[in-house]
Amino acid sequence: MGFAAMKLPALPITADPGLDENVKDLNPELIAEVINRVIDRETAARFQVYLNTCVHCGLCSDACHWFLSNDRDPRFSPVGKVKQTLWEMMRRRGKVEPEFIKECSRIAQTECNVCRRCSMYCPFGIDIAYLLLTVRRICHELGIVPQFLQDTVNSHAVTLNQMWVKQDEWIDTLQWQEEEARSEVTTAAIPLDKEGAEVFYSVIAPEPKILAQLIGNIAQIMAVAKVDWTMPSLDGWDNSNMAMYSGDFEIMGRVERAHHEAAFRLKAQRIVMGECGHAFRGAVYDGPKWLGWTEPPVPVIHAVDFYHELITSGRIKIARKFDEPVTIQDPCNIVRGRGLGAKLREIVHATCSDVRLPEPGFEHNYCCGAGGGTINCGPPWKTSRVKGNSVKAEQLAATKAHIIITPCHNCHSGIEDIISGYKLGMHVKFFSEILMQTMEIPDDLRAD
Amino acid sequence: MYAFVSGPLVWIAFVVFVGGIVYQYVTMVRAAKKDKVYPYMSAEYGLRSIAHWIIPFASKNMRMRYETTIVTFAFHLCLVLVPIFLTAHVAMVSLAWGPKWATFSDRTAEMMTIAVILAGVFFLVRRWMLPEVRYVTYASDYLLLAIAVAPFVTGFIAHRQWFDYETMVVIHMISGAVMLMAIPFTRLSHMLFFPFTRAYMGSEFGAVRHARDW
Repeated sequence: MGFAAMKLPALPITADPGLDENVKDLNPELIAEVINRVIDRETAARFQVYLNTCVHCGLCSDACHWFLSNDRDPRFSPVGKVKQTLWEMMRRRGKVEPEFIKECSRIAQTECNVCRRCSMYCPFGIDIAYLLLTVRRICHELGIVPQFLQDTVNSHAVTLNQMWVKQDEWIDTLQWQEEEARSEVTTAAIPLDKEGAEVFYSVIAPEPKILAQLIGNIAQIMAVAKVDWTMPSLDGWDNSNMAMYSGDFEIMGRVERAHHEAAFRLKAQRIVMGECGHAFRGAVYDGPKWLGWTEPPVPVIHAVDFYHELITSGRIKIARKFDEPVTIQDPCNIVRGRGLGAKLREIVHATCSDVRLPEPGFEHNYCCGAGGGTINCGPPWKTSRVKGNSVKAEQLAATKAHIIITPCHNCHSGIEDIISGYKLGMHVKFFSEILMQTMEIPDDLRAD
Repeated sequence: MYAFVSGPLVWIAFVVFVGGIVYQYVTMVRAAKKDKVYPYMSAEYGLRSIAHWIIPFASKNMRMRYETTIVTFAFHLCLVLVPIFLTAHVAMVSLAWGPKWATFSDRTAEMMTIAVILAGVFFLVRRWMLPEVRYVTYASDYLLLAIAVAPFVTGFIAHRQWFDYETMVVIHMISGAVMLMAIPFTRLSHMLFFPFTRAYMGSEFGAVRHARDW
């Protein structure tokens, strides 16, 4: 190490069978073989150059909500996380103890959201998120993944969706929501497996499972906007991708391929996806890159982009404005990940009369703390996750808004946890929920 | 000793320096192909990002950490310019091979050298005082700082003729050679790689993600 280690307080230990039980099968030789295989075969220039170019300046620290929220504990800074994982692995040429791999999984999987804010603060633009994703890959290859997260990946592998939704449950849910939507808008329909539609709409598996009303919402919106759309009845309807975050890139690729092929088979002109950040990232970036495409074969549009198009083109008219004070959450994967911050603000201003923007905003917004697969690591890690984002609570409280518009499922859940953890007294809403309350339903379509 | 240090050692240092740079770049270019970097690189967005990080205060973190920004820009500028435009160096090159070019006045060069030394002190203190930097600091980090600043300390001392001039000048030339040779093979190589890592991040953020990385 060079000099005496810093005295830092012990961190609380979290039990997780995906880590605790699975490390019992490991030994240093096996670990070294896997680490060296991943580094030799799956990494190249970026990995080596990033590790060798980092001059240990620590300027990335102020980017990270984990660092800032944990009283600037250096173990949570981006470079601190790389030090505790990759530096040690490289120093020991991969020959590390199973207990060490457990810590690597905890750090890379539950104490980093791979939100990429640090790359905006590092003077060299080092992709620290990529380095920690490589740590996740190594841990996955060794079978060390938080249990709850691995369950969603198993579900992806078996059912091609994240939540063990069976095909009859999927179709039932769509038909149910179609009925619900019809009770508001007479022409609302969810056409299944229609060929050549303008829009192929996909959702994340939690929607049919626990947020089915959002599907009913979109059916109403599509009817009012007179969009020619469809949803698939078969596999490929789920655009979420937990395998992307656990390091199981093979399953990630399978899931993305199924999603894109479903749209391709139905000859859809474009894919519109619901309000989710990581799903967009998987469909547009990580999936295609793994599958060898520079761009997705069918263009993918995020909900924010789609709503912006509907509102600015006049296909949806706004009848009244939402008047409670609102603020917005700039989801990492669509703002840092797609530059949709400006469009998001435009649609919020179009539908809300009292908008209180957060500081910092746009690409500099703090991650919600839930993304990157961390909330999917489940209840064991919730305390750590909420503790790791007090800066978010401060940022939201400073806006003095009542409602936080979160156009991303992870942000929605993560900020809900922060609201209750820090007793902010605020509420979260998806943008579609705001649109439902503000959009004009023409008289001839309104059900009475 | 002087003859060796001002003659063959200079050649050795430059050969290792230039050869090392070539080796590092060739390795990087080959590895970048395997990493599928090329399909995503964009000249426009790469340069846009480099511009925002090479102009003082053009990025948010540079504005937040303004004291570090001022010191690091002063340090790097003076570090590069002083060896190239110092009268003593230009004189030696001119005497040996002929070419000569403009030089700084002695006073200017002295001020810039002091700037480098004081900046070195700032970096040293920063490593101790900020926990997030101390946590990721190893002996090698102190050594690299010493290697980078030693030519300036010894050069300054030699110029002022404080100790035995002959000895100091030899130590100075050795320290300069050490620094040159260390650049391609240690973290000092950030000077070689920074434009590429920055351009890649700029390309990814700008061309692919339509976002800004500063």
